[in-house]
Amino acid sequence: MDFGFKISPSSAVNLDNVDLSLYDRLAEVEPDIRKCIACGSCSASCPANRFSGMSVRKAILGLQRGKEKEVAKMLSTCMLCGKCSMVCPRGINTRHLILSICKFYKED
Amino acid sequence: MKDNILIIGGGIAGLEAASQLLKLGYNPIIVEKSDHLGGHVADWNRLFPDMTPAEEVVSRLVAETSEANIFLNTEISFVNKLKDSYNIMLSNGISVITGTLLFATGFSMFDASKKEEYGYGIYNQVMTNRDLEHWFNTGKDARIPEEGPAAMGFVHCVGSRDEKARNPQCSKVCCITAVKQAIEMKQKFPEAMIYCFYMDLRMFGKKYEDFYISAQRDYGIRFIRGRVSEVSENIEGKLIVKAEDTLSGKPVKVTLDLLVLMAGIVCNPDTCKTAGLISLPVDSDGFLKSRDNIADITESPKEGIFYAGACTGPKTVPETLAEARSAALEIHNYISRKK
Ligand SMILES: Cc1cc2nc3c(=O)[nH]c(=O)nc-3n(C[C@H](O)[C@H](O)[C@H](O)COP(=O)(O)OP(=O)(O)OC[C@H]3O[C@@H](n4cnc5c(N)ncnc54)[C@H](O)[C@@H]3O)c2cc1C
Ligand code: SF4
Ligand code: SF4
Ligand code: SF4
Repeated sequence: MDFGFKISPSSAVNLDNVDLSLYDRLAEVEPDIRKCIACGSCSASCPANRFSGMSVRKAILGLQRGKEKEVAKMLSTCMLCGKCSMVCPRGINTRHLILSICKFYKED
Repeated sequence: MKDNILIIGGGIAGLEAASQLLKLGYNPIIVEKSDHLGGHVADWNRLFPDMTPAEEVVSRLVAETSEANIFLNTEISFVNKLKDSYNIMLSNGISVITGTLLFATGFSMFDASKKEEYGYGIYNQVMTNRDLEHWFNTGKDARIPEEGPAAMGFVHCVGSRDEKARNPQCSKVCCITAVKQAIEMKQKFPEAMIYCFYMDLRMFGKKYEDFYISAQRDYGIRFIRGRVSEVSENIEGKLIVKAEDTLSGKPVKVTLDLLVLMAGIVCNPDTCKTAGLISLPVDSDGFLKSRDNIADITESPKEGIFYAGACTGPKTVPETLAEARSAALEIHNYISRKK
């Protein structure tokens, strides 16, 4: 039946349904991904951020919240310049992490 | 004869311990490498949480220790271990024999010029928390314009919680110090726009949360959750500060007249040197290692050697004083047990 309107899907993250198996496999090779404190240094120093919204912080958070598609889309705008790796206070090799994320999410 | 107790460091920890040991009937000897007593607190202006003048705290302690032997501008040159005591040679040529040593060597401030991206020592309007306390005390600092800054910022966690600076620890007192200093600046310059750039606000202590609420509600301090990524200067000589506002997920840029870096608390390298003379262990955070971090924080793993204050990690003034009293009591128990 057509009511003339439709309900948009909920944007809430339901942690009960988030499938983290790929994230867990990624974290096995990139254990440092768990150390992120969401300080935003990577995004603030990223030359692509202003144009495309590229942000390692958001990518990490996205994977942890099961938003894999959005992350994959965002990562395509990274230039792999490595600036973010230089500023991360947790010493995460973010450039290496980005490469690993790309590899993992392409494999599937 | 009264027992000698050698106290290394004449900051508030060393002074408070000496004052208690005098009352317990001992002969404390303070060795202080600088030319004044009081350590870092002697450089501060007003202390959180009650805005007590720092000078009051220091002068009370100095008065209470007037009976103690105090050597200024003096360090430990070398230490000989005797059968059950130490023979300690001071840099002024005096030697002391004692069975009991108290480390009250405190901390060092992180050298903010090491974080080049923040421009300390490069741009004229960048100062540290310590510089600002100094200005509160003396009113002298060319970096602060007479009419006050139109806009200024505080950068939290400078050289703390930072693997790149090789100091992953939280310095504990700088969040509350930033908020305290922000309020003090707003009191002096009500027109100024003041920002705090933080990663987490660690308001753990008595009345700290009240400072935070008051900073927001009464003083309109603006809190931005994001770590400053870089500071640069524009043609007019103003500072451009960049960060990500992680709450909106957008990059932020702001033009400031003054930036205060909250330099962290790190282990004092002189402490490590002196501790090395008697092979005292250092903990994984770089500070002196206690026998037990819960039950025996004021005891070293070596017999007769005790700790008080910030030499074992970042501490507030009341925590330091409480520890110094506790160390004095431990020393008293130790000496009584030996007799
Ligand atoms: C910017 C800032 C503001 C602060 N404001 C407050 C506040 O408002 N309220 C509060 O509760 N706390 C505050 N604190 C914390 C406070 O400064 C510390 O709690 C206090 O300084 C610890 O005292 P201490 O005696 O252990 O160490 P210190 O103050 O570091 O004193 C150590 C002393 O030992 C001497 N020494 C070191 N090594 C040797 C050696 N090898 N031989 C001989 N002498 C030596 C040093 O010269 C120094 O005099 C602040 C800290 C900072 C960084
Ligand atoms: S490597 Fe990618 S994410 Fe990192 S700063 Fe460069 S463009 Fe940005
Ligand atoms: S700089 Fe490091 S810790 Fe900070 S948000 Fe980026 S990845 Fe996380
Ligand atoms: S107390 Fe606050 S400013 Fe200081 S290191 Fe800890 S989180 Fe950073």
